[in-house]
Amino acid sequence: MPENLKGTVGPEQQFKNFLSEGKFMIQRCKSLNQFFFHPRVAFPGSGERDLEWVEASGNGVVYSSSCNRRLPERGGDFNLSLITLEEGPKMMARVEGVDPDKVEIGQKVKARISSLNGEPAIIFDIV
Amino acid sequence: MDHNDINKLRGKTAVVGLAESGCGLASGWSAMEIMATAVHDALDDAGIKLKEVDGVFAATAFHSMAAMSLSEYLGVKPKFADGSQIGGSSFLSHILTAAMALDAGLINVAVVAYGSNQKSIGGFKTISEAMPYEAQYQPRMPVSAYALAAKRYMYEFGASREDLANVAIAARDWALLNPRAYTHQDGPLTVNDVLSARPIVDPLGKLDCCLVTDGGAAVVMTRSDRAKDTKNTPIYLLGAAMEHHHRMISEMPDLVRTSAIESGERAFSMSGYTPDDMSTIQLYDAFTINTLLFLEDLGFCKKGEAKELVQNNNIGPDGSLKVNTNGGGLSCVHPGMYGLFVTLEALRQLRNASGDDVGKRHDGGWINNAKLSVAHGNGGVLSSQVTNIWGVSDTL
Repeated sequence: MPENLKGTVGPEQQFKNFLSEGKFMIQRCKSLNQFFFHPRVAFPGSGERDLEWVEASGNGVVYSSSCNRRLPERGGDFNLSLITLEEGPKMMARVEGVDPDKVEIGQKVKARISSLNGEPAIIFDIV
Repeated sequence: MDHNDINKLRGKTAVVGLAESGCGLASGWSAMEIMATAVHDALDDAGIKLKEVDGVFAATAFHSMAAMSLSEYLGVKPKFADGSQIGGSSFLSHILTAAMALDAGLINVAVVAYGSNQKSIGGFKTISEAMPYEAQYQPRMPVSAYALAAKRYMYEFGASREDLANVAIAARDWALLNPRAYTHQDGPLTVNDVLSARPIVDPLGKLDCCLVTDGGAAVVMTRSDRAKDTKNTPIYLLGAAMEHHHRMISEMPDLVRTSAIESGERAFSMSGYTPDDMSTIQLYDAFTINTLLFLEDLGFCKKGEAKELVQNNNIGPDGSLKVNTNGGGLSCVHPGMYGLFVTLEALRQLRNASGDDVGKRHDGGWINNAKLSVAHGNGGVLSSQVTNIWGVSDTL
């Protein structure tokens, strides 16, 4: 990578670019053989920089979930969950396809790329 | 002892003055005016003149460079200032920084201050930016984060909303004894009141959430040798420690274990005392789940057992643990960043027991013979954890 970062984009923009192409990619540290999320310039905690992008399996388990109460005229109640990915890391997302207050911890979920407010977004469905 | 051992700070500094101002509703007052009023009142309480202040420590959601803005407003030219912003626990870390600066001889008199007029100008005020990788899901921060932690806590330990409600009930019972508390006239809460309150983010309802008020606070610190000669009873800083491991709730390694485990262990170790020695326990209760987590993480019970500890109003006025004796963020005051009020209550209890007049309470509102208090601050979304241990002179 050039020192002045010119001609490249950072990991956050790379992640978003992948999403726009319909790909859910996460980073893996090659020397540690460990995945992490969110995207970073180096492995968190120890700083390894030999990173690569790998397409996530999309498989996950609900780590926690909440129903956010919102007036119907503002869009109604919605789900907010934390998902533990099969590869190890956790991420925030929404689980859809069931009532927002019916998502249970431990349920298996599968990612798909949808959109929220016009931006590509990872949404999970109950498997 | 190693020259840079933090433990040598034990007992080297003390708070010699404190004040709050504008708590509740302070219509027509700016955040700065509320904060500066608290500083002047705290200096009066200490019997120290403004011109002696050479250390300024402040944070508020209303001023991005709070220490600088406050210094200017007061007309003080500090030799050392710190406006570190780590959320509601900022002030407990300012106290640690102030203690280091005092002990190092950089400064002689420090003020630590906060002010907010959020309620009178329209409601909860945050300084937080949108979090990458979270914002697009539109979490309602901070309550969504605490709801996720509460839900996980309930799942792992078989806790119920009733267990969370016990925290709110105890806080209200304390507030009923404290004329300064915002809900002092509101009457007691029942489990049903808490469970039937308007749902905000499940499993948290309105009464699981802290108040939204105005308010400011300030404390004055000096080295202990000087503290002995001030107007009122000095309260000594015996232990202080901080830690954090995340900023975003999605990055919290374990939703039911906070960095209070680490900050508490180091602060108690520095103080030479244990949780059992604490006469009063002041915990940052932005939400009911906080009190359960911090009772466990600070060592008042084992992980997962706080739900039993808070049963039968055991953390209320007639209980065995004197927790959040002002009514807490849930029922006393919460202007957005509550940390300095946690500190104020820890100090007031010790000063009252030492014979100072720090206000009136109904019977049981003041803890007799209180000698040691733990003040624990929380910031962000269960993120920054800062623990201070305070003691009267014979605990030195």
